[in-house]
Amino acid sequence: MKSLAELQAIRDRARGQVILRENNDNAIRVLVGMATCGIAAGARPVLNAMVEEVAKRGLSNVTVTQTGCIGICQFEPVVEIVTPGQEKVTYVKMTPEKAVRVVNDHLVNGNVVTEYTIGANS
Amino acid sequence: MRELSLNVMDIAQNSISAGAELIVIDVCEEPEADGMTIRISDDGVGMTAEQAARVTDPFFTTRTTRKVGLGVPLFKMEAEMTGGSFEVVSTKGVGTTITANFVPSHVDMIPLGDINSTVLLLITCNEDRNFVFHHRIHSREFTLDTRELRAVLGNEVRLNSSEVTEWIKGYLSEQTQFIKEESTDEVFSGTSGDQG
Repeated sequence: MKSLAELQAIRDRARGQVILRENNDNAIRVLVGMATCGIAAGARPVLNAMVEEVAKRGLSNVTVTQTGCIGICQFEPVVEIVTPGQEKVTYVKMTPEKAVRVVNDHLVNGNVVTEYTIGANS
Repeated sequence: MRELSLNVMDIAQNSISAGAELIVIDVCEEPEADGMTIRISDDGVGMTAEQAARVTDPFFTTRTTRKVGLGVPLFKMEAEMTGGSFEVVSTKGVGTTITANFVPSHVDMIPLGDINSTVLLLITCNEDRNFVFHHRIHSREFTLDTRELRAVLGNEVRLNSSEVTEWIKGYLSEQTQFIKEESTDEVFSGTSGDQG
């Protein structure tokens, strides 16, 4: 059974490490549309896959958050990637599988997955 | 929606937009009485009596971008089509509570689905808010309160750090297993298949 003692152990381990918090100025933001339209279209598994893959890869400069409806409900689930100093990239009709690829290609290697973007799908 | 847990996620987003600091999600299942209640309450900005009365109207929204708001009306419809009921209680400046009662044996009942996934994502993606999740099946229940987790973790470790996320995930699935055990002895096995 999971106990609070395990959490305490996690805290104690963290205390022992020197934490280097990346400056938030150059953080990449991943926004998953989680309004009624997005959720109904399957945004929850997409968000889940994004969070898990980012954690697995240890991408400390990436924050995954939710956003509301941005008005393109027919393209949901929608994922936006905002990198400081670059144009925003909007991925449409996402799936958990596509999300994993976006993390690996775009977030890790810096290559936009053009075929999933709104430009290639509208 | 294919799962009621997705509605919960949707309604909780409203609480987040309303600036709630604490969001309480309560799922009570009474297999013997053929009832299930889902309640989502928050300490957000709340609504005026007029707003609260109109929130179940799909053509009412406070958004200025569009004229429709479907989240609450959908949840209401899903409860009422099982023969259940739906209630919104809100006080301006105090908060909002949404209660949906379902009749699980009804043919139009939508399964609860993966409520743990909803709770985990709400907690980890809204690090600045607190959540209480309470799930009861007949006489067995459990509660997850992020305020308690924070008290143990202190300021050094965030709730969305991968180790803590794993812990929450494990805790939710263990506890769910535990509260389901007793009820599966008594209820027909048909309800045990909707875990995924």
